[in-house]
Amino acid sequence: MQTLILVIIGLVGAPLLGGLIAGLDRRVTAWLQSRQGPPIMQPFYDVAKLFGKEKMVVNQWQILCAWVYLVAAAVAVALFFAQGDLLLIFFVQAIGGVFLVMGALSAKSPYSQVGAQRELLQMLAYEPVLILVFVGFYMVTGSFSIQAVWAQEIPLLAKMPLLYLALCYALTIKLMKSPFDFATSHHGHQELVKGVLTEYSGPYLGLIEVAHWYETILVLGLCALFWHTNVAWMALLIVVTYLLEILVDNTMARMTWRWMLKRVWLIGMGLGVVNLIWLYAR
Amino acid sequence: MFGSFIKKSRAKSPWIMHFDCGSCNGCDIEVLACLTPLYDVERFGIVHVGNPKHADVLLVTGTVNHRNKKVLKNLYDQMPEPKAVIAIGSCGNSGGIFREAYNVVGGVDKVIPVDVYVPGCPAKPEAIIDGVVAGLAKFAQKVEEAK
Repeated sequence: MQTLILVIIGLVGAPLLGGLIAGLDRRVTAWLQSRQGPPIMQPFYDVAKLFGKEKMVVNQWQILCAWVYLVAAAVAVALFFAQGDLLLIFFVQAIGGVFLVMGALSAKSPYSQVGAQRELLQMLAYEPVLILVFVGFYMVTGSFSIQAVWAQEIPLLAKMPLLYLALCYALTIKLMKSPFDFATSHHGHQELVKGVLTEYSGPYLGLIEVAHWYETILVLGLCALFWHTNVAWMALLIVVTYLLEILVDNTMARMTWRWMLKRVWLIGMGLGVVNLIWLYAR
Repeated sequence: MFGSFIKKSRAKSPWIMHFDCGSCNGCDIEVLACLTPLYDVERFGIVHVGNPKHADVLLVTGTVNHRNKKVLKNLYDQMPEPKAVIAIGSCGNSGGIFREAYNVVGGVDKVIPVDVYVPGCPAKPEAIIDGVVAGLAKFAQKVEEAK
């Protein structure tokens, strides 16, 4: 019963919180650029407007792909709130990512195709990092279940600080932020137009936006697990991490995918592996 | 309730796309000036997108000629309803000083329906923002009438 309530809180609360975070993100970004920025509720207005637009699709596949992406993201969040298995969460969110790429590949537009290829490369970069983080969880708690984390006496951050840094890399990619925003970005005006999202429009773009809010909450939730002993520290950890992401987004230019693969595989996975060896040797 | 929220949101989140039909670049840089921190149109939820499929408002600058009228029509057709078109500057409104040239079709309204005309050579950023706001009111009204 308690699990069911938690799942419902997750399913309803995550998009609301995710939207608010996206709104705050735009405000802070505007502040960093000495502008005023839109109201905090702006992402909700955007999505509501998208839902009110004409349903225009290139082919039927896009409808399915947009829905599967949303459902996979929602199920991953639901599993997270149900204290489920980290590996299962990983696979479910990976399915969402794959369907986003498939939706983009189903249209003939070159922008969409290039965006899809780049999204695949991004997945190639962040998915191994996520897996390493989950292996770290296993080595500390002896289980892939989130429930086992709560049984720990001291925060996980003390045992896997390097893995946290690696997770921050994955977070930057997942949030589509510079310097890793080359499959699609929030300022879709560069050479890619809007990458994977180019061919989506109206309500289906709205679905993807909501799915993105779910994913934001999922990854921030993973970050929060690193300081599970105290709610205040947990909140502080997320806030600081997210502010750092915004700062990085605003101070970095977009890089090439080769640069990303090198950095994330060498530094991100390197940090992860060093931390795992340390956990093993201890 | 959700329906009314959608209606309210339309005016609060106009995503604009800007198309240059061979303008002298005067109006274009005024459009881009609206995005700078001085005018900061993102305050009103206006986002400049590069994709007709995401756009609600089409800003057109410059005279329409026989070569780019097809492109203009194509971009307009790719925008999902409800949408608005705003012609910017003398050239966009009527063809301006080029209206009698042999290759010029005339204003934007010769090819696609225009909701708002923003005068000026070039149009001031304030006038452009004003035009977008007027365009939003107009397309909200259009949606009401269609139902």
